[in-house]
This record gives sequence, structure tokens and C-alpha cells, in this order.
Amino acid sequence: MISFTPFSTLHEAEHEVYNDDEAMDIDDDVQVSKITLPGETITSSQAYMRGHGTYVDNELVIASVAGTIERVNKLVTVRAVSTKYNPEVGDLVVGRITEVQPRRWKVDANSRQDAVLMLSSVNLPGGVQRRKLESDELQMRTFFEEGDLLVAEVQAFFADGAMSLHTRSLKYGKLRNGQLVVIPPILVRRLKSHFTTLPCGVDLILGLNGYIWVSKHVQENEQEGEEGFDAETIYSNRNDPIDESTRSAISRVTNIIRALAAHFVPLTDTLLLEAYEWTVENDIDAKSLLSEDISDALVASIAGGT
Amino acid sequence: MAPRIEVLNDGGFRSDGRRQYELREITIDLTQQGAADGAATITHGLTKVMVSVFGPREAKLRSQTIHDRANINVEVTIAAFSTGERRKRNRGDKRILELAATIKSTFEPVIQTSLYPRSQIDIFVQVLEQDGGLLQACINGATLALSNAGIPMLDFVCAVTGGVQLTSPMLDLTLLEENDMPHVTVAILPKTSKATLVTMETRLHVERFEEILRLAGEAGNILHRVFKGALRNRTTRLVASMDSGTRVAGEDDAMES
Repeated sequence: MISFTPFSTLHEAEHEVYNDDEAMDIDDDVQVSKITLPGETITSSQAYMRGHGTYVDNELVIASVAGTIERVNKLVTVRAVSTKYNPEVGDLVVGRITEVQPRRWKVDANSRQDAVLMLSSVNLPGGVQRRKLESDELQMRTFFEEGDLLVAEVQAFFADGAMSLHTRSLKYGKLRNGQLVVIPPILVRRLKSHFTTLPCGVDLILGLNGYIWVSKHVQENEQEGEEGFDAETIYSNRNDPIDESTRSAISRVTNIIRALAAHFVPLTDTLLLEAYEWTVENDIDAKSLLSEDISDALVASIAGGT
Repeated sequence: MAPRIEVLNDGGFRSDGRRQYELREITIDLTQQGAADGAATITHGLTKVMVSVFGPREAKLRSQTIHDRANINVEVTIAAFSTGERRKRNRGDKRILELAATIKSTFEPVIQTSLYPRSQIDIFVQVLEQDGGLLQACINGATLALSNAGIPMLDFVCAVTGGVQLTSPMLDLTLLEENDMPHVTVAILPKTSKATLVTMETRLHVERFEEILRLAGEAGNILHRVFKGALRNRTTRLVASMDSGTRVAGEDDAMES
């Protein structure tokens, strides 16, 4: 008869060793990204404070998600490797309208709940600063309809954790002339500017929620100044004419982003630019970027090559 | 009456050549599946289950939202080709609904739902092949998919089936064995050694129950090690590829300035 005793002692032995070197690691000030899994003990709750991704049981701080342990002074957090977007005030997000409600829109922003865009936090036609009227309420669908994509900023949070957005800037608003790519939100880092223009005539909006808008380049002067505010163009549902070369550039950038995301490489504008140049140099079209060996080669040359 | 199969022969081997307490081979695949936030495919021998997790996300129906915690929604689909006899079960099938309800109640105390008020977590289970231990495979697959989706949980949930032939207990039963002997499915949280699910559809002698429960607990610890290994492997790979990307970006920035 086989008994389980050898197994269980082995398990306990392993566990003890584990706690030991974890306790050591957390005291080290060397920045080593330490990986933890749900249910693993990190440290004692007497000496440390628990942060996100952890819970306290029996005076021990225990991880609840799989990810890397981060420590700021006495605060211990676990940053999950793959998770939904966690909004913070001031973040730039790209979202899609899911519902029109009285005086507000519901926006899907890849978060744990749909975001809210109040009628009072959008630019209304006929001047930026004006009171909203009942007539505006009645024609909300002329501004945003279900399915429309928009770029906005996180303004505040409601009591239940849902985020409230605003588009009170000429940079924000409805999106046209392009294509959406969805990648894991952790791959979008906070940058100085989330609006980028690539030299190939493509504009990029890197939403911190992992939604990325790739579109035809729009001249700066077209969207300048308070007088330049024109409700007709801002809330228009019609694309501008896009020529053949821009179309292929858009799809090439989109597929580069997809290839990088499939290899879990964080996205930056310099990396994208490098990747775009690589595809041009090697004469690779948008379609073949999706094949496995070409995307492998792309990632190897830009991430491993330098 | 047709001759019954010999569940345990004189040499101490079972019908598929395993020993009494031997578990079947486990394979785990944690790669991304489509748009799912987390996914896992797990096989226990010839039982194969694919689980996709979506969320936490906005609840589809307003009636399903709970104001102070997330709602867990479990849907199970059993492929018509998954059994020896081809049989289509529709979604409203009582057995499938019961399976889904069991999975839901197993995970409700384990997932930290209070962190996500008014949200919904969807667990979609696809049964691709069945050869006994269906509930066990569903629960194990769901644990892996949930942790892969970054949903906070108190611990892994490790489930295993145990049965008794006369007086000899056995673990991880195949379909053949399940049909032939009383069995119980136990899901444990290895860290605290608590059971979050104990369920049986057959009757089991009360004197045998304690031993099976203990054995299932030990088998759960073995599964726990396998799960941790698989998830650690994937997490390490993802973190490594993310670090390689930042390194490049960091160098570029340095060059510019």
C-alpha cells in the first residue's frame, strides 16, 4: 500500500524554505522583482502594512493575486501581471459608449464597471462655457450614440468605485478616421503624452486602459483655439477621406501593436517607431505581421537586439 | 447480470494500471484564449476542461448586480462529443445547472468579491472530454483561470474525487470506477486545509468517510504544487518579457537625453 506521508512532509519542508527566503528578500533593498502567487505568505502584518493584492490572516500578509511584490517603506503590495484596468484620476482612457441614460452616458473602458460620462462634462456646441439646457438633454444621441468611441480623462470616482469621465478639452472627444486595438492595460505605461504622432502619418492615442486608437494624422491647426471649436466636426460620425498609403500605415501599426502585445512587450512610442522602421526595412506588409515567425523576429530584433 | 469490471485487482492495480492513491496525469495550459481575461485548459487523464474567465466587468443585467460585492456567474457547456455516447445536452439541463451552481458556491467564499461592488465575474466552462472527475476538473480549471485573470482569491482551490471499493479507498476516479463505486468530491484550500466543497451523489459508509476526506486533503496538496508550478511558470515568463521591453525603452530614453 502506498502512503502519502512522504509527499506531505515534502510539502511542509518546501513551505518552510519558502517563508525563509521570502522574509529575506523583503528586507533586501535590492530591486528584485519577486513573484508571488495567491495564498502565499509574504510577511508579517506586525511589521508591514497590507496594500492591494494582499490580505491579512493570522497576522500574516498573504498575496491574493499572481504577480510581483512591491514595497514602499512599510506598505507591501502585489501587482497582478494580468488584470483589469485600475483607474486613477487624471488618466487618459479610450472608451466605447454602451448606453445613453438621463443626463449621462455609460462608457465601457475595460474597467471593473462601466464609466460614467455626465452631460455636464462634455463640450456642448455653441461655445465651451455655457449652461446645459433641456434641449441638450433631448438630443444627447447627436453627441454620442451607443457604439461611438471616445477619448476622455478620468475626472473623479463615485462612492462605489465607478469612474466619472470628462471630455472638456479640445484634445478629447469622439474618435474617427481610425481603428481600435485592445491590449492588456499593464502594457501601457504612463507617459508624458499619450497622444503620439508617428512619422508615417499615423496618430496614436494610448489609452491607459489598454484601448489604443490608431488613426489618420490630423493637422494641429484644424483643432486649434476656442473659436476653432465646431460641433459639426467634433461630433461628426463621418470619416474624412483616407488615402491608400495611410490606410496601410494604420493597419501596419495596428498589427505591430498586436504582435508586441502577444509577446507581452510594454508599449512605448520609441519602441513602436523602431518596429515600424524594421517592418519597412525588411519589406514586411501589414498582413504577414500576424504570422508567428515574423512577429517573433520583430520582437527579437527590437527587444532583444539592443 | 453482466460481469462487473474489476476495480482493484489482487495485485493492487486499478483498471487503468494505477495504484490506489495514484492520481492521473495532469496537463495545464494557461495561454491566452481570445478576448478572455484569464483562461486555462486542464486535463486529468482523459478528462479535459477549458475555462475562460471574464471580468470583473459591468453586469449584463441590472437585476444581477449586488450593491456591495461582485456577482459570480458560472455557465457550463458540455460538448456533445465529450462522452462515449454522443449526446447533446442543452443549456437548461438540470445536471448542468447543478454543476454550475456547485462551482459557484465553491468559489464564492474564496474570491474576494467585496472588492468589486456592482460588478460581475463570468466563468465559462467548456467540457471537451469526460472520463470521470468532471466536477474536480471544472473546479481546478476555474481556479487556474481565475488566478490567471488576476482576480483576487484567498487561495487556490484544489479538488479531487475519492471513492471506496469495499474497504479500500481510491483517488481520482475514472468514469468506469465512478459508475461502480460510491464517491465523493472534495475541494480544499491548501493553505488553511479547509474544505470549501464536499459533495456526493452516491451513499458512502460513514466509517469510510473520514479516511477519504483525509486522503483527498493530501491529494489536494499535491495538486496545489502542480498548479503553483504552472502559474509561477507563466507569471515569470510574462514578467521577464515585460522587463526586457522596459530595458530597451529605458536605454532609448537615455540616448535621447
